[in-house]
Amino acid sequence: MIEHLPALMIAVPLFGAFVSPLFKKKQNIVAIWAILITAVTVGLSLLLMYQVRLNGVIVYVFGADKPTLVLPSGYKVPIRIMFEIDGIGAFMAISATLMSFVGALYSYSHVEGESGLEKYYALLLLLEVGILGMVLTGDLFNLFVFLEIAGIAGSALVGFRNYRGEASEAGIKYLIVSSVASLMVLFAVGILYGEYGNLNLAYISRQVSFNTLDMIAFGLLFASFAMKCGAVPMHYWVPDAYTEVPAGINPALLVSTYASLYALFRVSFTLFANISISLARVGWIMSVLGVLTMFIGVTMALVQKDVKRLMSYHAISQTGYMLLGVGVGLTVLHDPKALAEFGRTAMAGGIFHIINHIIYKSLLLMTAGALFYVTGTRNLNEMGGLARKMPITTLCFIVGAAAISGLPPFNGFASKFLIYESSYRLNPLLAVFAMVTSILTLASFVKVFASAFLGPPLEKFENVREVPKPMIVAMVILALLCILFGLFPDVVLDKLVYPAVDALINVAQYQSWGGLA
Amino acid sequence: MISQLITGAGYWSPLLWLAFLILFALIGYLIYSRGNPSYKKDTEQVKPYLSGNAEPAKEKIQVKASDIYWGFIEALKGYYKVLQAIHTGDLRDYILWYLGVGTIILFLLVGGA
Repeated sequence: MIEHLPALMIAVPLFGAFVSPLFKKKQNIVAIWAILITAVTVGLSLLLMYQVRLNGVIVYVFGADKPTLVLPSGYKVPIRIMFEIDGIGAFMAISATLMSFVGALYSYSHVEGESGLEKYYALLLLLEVGILGMVLTGDLFNLFVFLEIAGIAGSALVGFRNYRGEASEAGIKYLIVSSVASLMVLFAVGILYGEYGNLNLAYISRQVSFNTLDMIAFGLLFASFAMKCGAVPMHYWVPDAYTEVPAGINPALLVSTYASLYALFRVSFTLFANISISLARVGWIMSVLGVLTMFIGVTMALVQKDVKRLMSYHAISQTGYMLLGVGVGLTVLHDPKALAEFGRTAMAGGIFHIINHIIYKSLLLMTAGALFYVTGTRNLNEMGGLARKMPITTLCFIVGAAAISGLPPFNGFASKFLIYESSYRLNPLLAVFAMVTSILTLASFVKVFASAFLGPPLEKFENVREVPKPMIVAMVILALLCILFGLFPDVVLDKLVYPAVDALINVAQYQSWGGLA
Repeated sequence: MISQLITGAGYWSPLLWLAFLILFALIGYLIYSRGNPSYKKDTEQVKPYLSGNAEPAKEKIQVKASDIYWGFIEALKGYYKVLQAIHTGDLRDYILWYLGVGTIILFLLVGGA
């Protein structure tokens, strides 16, 4: 079974998705089914990470015994669909499966009263399939296919509450933005295929000659993935989608966004890693996009009144930290001294921030979902005094807010600390912007805390009670992870983050499965 | 071995930080528990003084979210005017921004190839 682990990562949730519609009349059973399937994928992804740490890069070939098999005519290029899993792929897979599981658990009560739940859970599992495919594949066309699966499933889920006009509008916007980005990705893949006659990432990364056509393909991939991960000024779809999607889907949708960030990193570090002239330029583009993203995101968040929209702008802002950390690493990738001194640490900060952000932002969006669940509104002006009625949600919110604001000892502090101390070495202004953004983030969450949870109890919320247990359990799991990742950051860095960083830096390892012309 | 985060420029030890936090919280609690002997509960002494005005009912003291940071937002009115103007919510603008940024990125990359 172990040797087919990469295939199982896709097959299990895909099977779960296709079986879900069979439980049309049994809404509770379909929820339990989704929780079960996502729990199995968590186990599989942990096993996958263990295998990657034990044996290095895993190359899995569909329809053949080994990756080196070539056409009988002797055309010396790999011909099969392949999954190639290294540290960063396994890291992303754990993030995807964990968040799908927590999201399914939360959804059990959160969407209980909605109709069409068999479609809801089928789409959630398909979204998981799309994300996992994107982060595990070693093939450019497959990357496009899985990007499409994630985009279509995601947009259907954004518009799930189609009785709300805003949800349908957000779903269509997300669908069109995703389709345009995917189309450009396909165009870039076509250019590379036309030039090199192959779609395998490792193969093309060896052959790529950085001519004008290659650079056009790189630019298209870079811009498309940057839009899909919500980089400013292409972030406009993010608040629409994150606000309208049911809170149980927010964690998986967040990971789907970061699967595009992963694709951006994969393209920059693996496919085009050997461009020596302009790699520092690419790194600076990424870093500047990062600073813009974090600052504009947080200042927009500060003026929001809708609690989920406010948190969505923070999701944009936090993506800036990841772009900044990894951008700093990319800028000095071809300078071994600077890479050893601060580049690798900056990348570790950026990658560590991905999983930290996925955890605390999912937690915060779930607390926002809990507020909506009990009050029926997302407008902060209409809320107040809810801390007395919802003590556990309040505690979870405090943990999430402290983590996103970079307060010690929570997980957000650990990754931000790495980013501050390393980006400072490239240019002190980068670190200054990162710190100012953190202060504004804290200010913004103080506003949410003061207006929703503090203040005198309001008469209209007299009968409000704490949210149901499955929602509580999902939030508490994430709050505990915020604390644990913050108290033992070295363990997470050693076991998950540095293997991912080294996988990005060491492109030769990704290309090393051999047999190529 | 105490958990440490090495950054290259220094280190961060969350458990040590937590230990100090607990220690200082205990010291703070000890000082607090000694109390203020002149404090008298439920007397005029504990009522807030609002420039001679009567204290409004607690239920009426609800600070709305949009009132928080009013001064900050007012001071940055020009910045927010621009920022809110570009957040149109129009899908066509979303795509235009993508095309604009994509063109700049292509220009920067192809120009340096």
